[in-house]
Amino acid sequence: MPDDATDARLRPLVDIVTNLPHYRELGLEVVDYASGSATLRCDYRPELVGDPQTGVVHGGVVTTILDSVCGLACFLGLEEPQAIATLDLRIDYLKPARVERPIFGFAELIKVTRSVAFLRGHAYQDTADDAVAICVATFMIGSVGFRPGGDGGVQP
Amino acid sequence: MTLFERILELRAAGDLAGVSALIPYTGFVGIGCELDDERLACRLESRHSNMGNTIIRAIHGGVVGALLEHTAVMQLLWESELERLPKIVNLSVDYLRPALCDQDLLARGTVVKQGRRVANVRVEAWQGDPERPVAAAHAHFILG
Repeated sequence: MPDDATDARLRPLVDIVTNLPHYRELGLEVVDYASGSATLRCDYRPELVGDPQTGVVHGGVVTTILDSVCGLACFLGLEEPQAIATLDLRIDYLKPARVERPIFGFAELIKVTRSVAFLRGHAYQDTADDAVAICVATFMIGSVGFRPGGDGGVQP
Repeated sequence: MTLFERILELRAAGDLAGVSALIPYTGFVGIGCELDDERLACRLESRHSNMGNTIIRAIHGGVVGALLEHTAVMQLLWESELERLPKIVNLSVDYLRPALCDQDLLARGTVVKQGRRVANVRVEAWQGDPERPVAAAHAHFILG
């Protein structure tokens, strides 16, 4: 977790992002964050299943966890709050997620240029070195995407 | 009857919506499946709970990705004589324009190549005008 001074800067950004409607719908919980990185947790729920025969969650759940955590890590790594929008996201699904276990997503900001941020991340279950999926993502910065701060962001 | 046997039965009856509805997650986000000009299309219905950006009121990028993946699987099931459910290997999504939450999002897939063990599928999603896609993806699936 970040130190107190960093936390005072980052915590409001984390709160804005985690109150977005689909974050709440999926029940994404921020379990760790720092400047330029974040970890999310998503608990197993029967309505997230993609294969009713095995009970494995839909790939879309993993995609959503990874897009979310990459966006959050990007947000938390910018020097000044700016709008961001996903430009592309590529995911390799290494193995099916185990049933009835939470899935975690971790992402870190690798590089920021004037217009583009580069991130990589992975989704895992019991241990961080046992990935179920890996991803790379790029985000446009200063676009008409999501912008934290002053004008709020979260609307009813 | 196994899930896949049930899928084959519904497919034989032309009931694609029934195949789609077997998957709980499609109900969670509101994805359906339909035939449009004899071509399969999947539809993500407009829902506030899918919003991932409240400034421009856009659908969460992950849900857009989920629609694209689901469309690719349904296209493979529809046009190929598979013996089991395809398993996704990877997915690459390009986000081209904002996907707005107050409109349905439609998607169509094309099987670019189907080999013995692996298939490559491309998918585009749009709102209103298919000539102005809001997202595009390509994905690989293991078939055998």
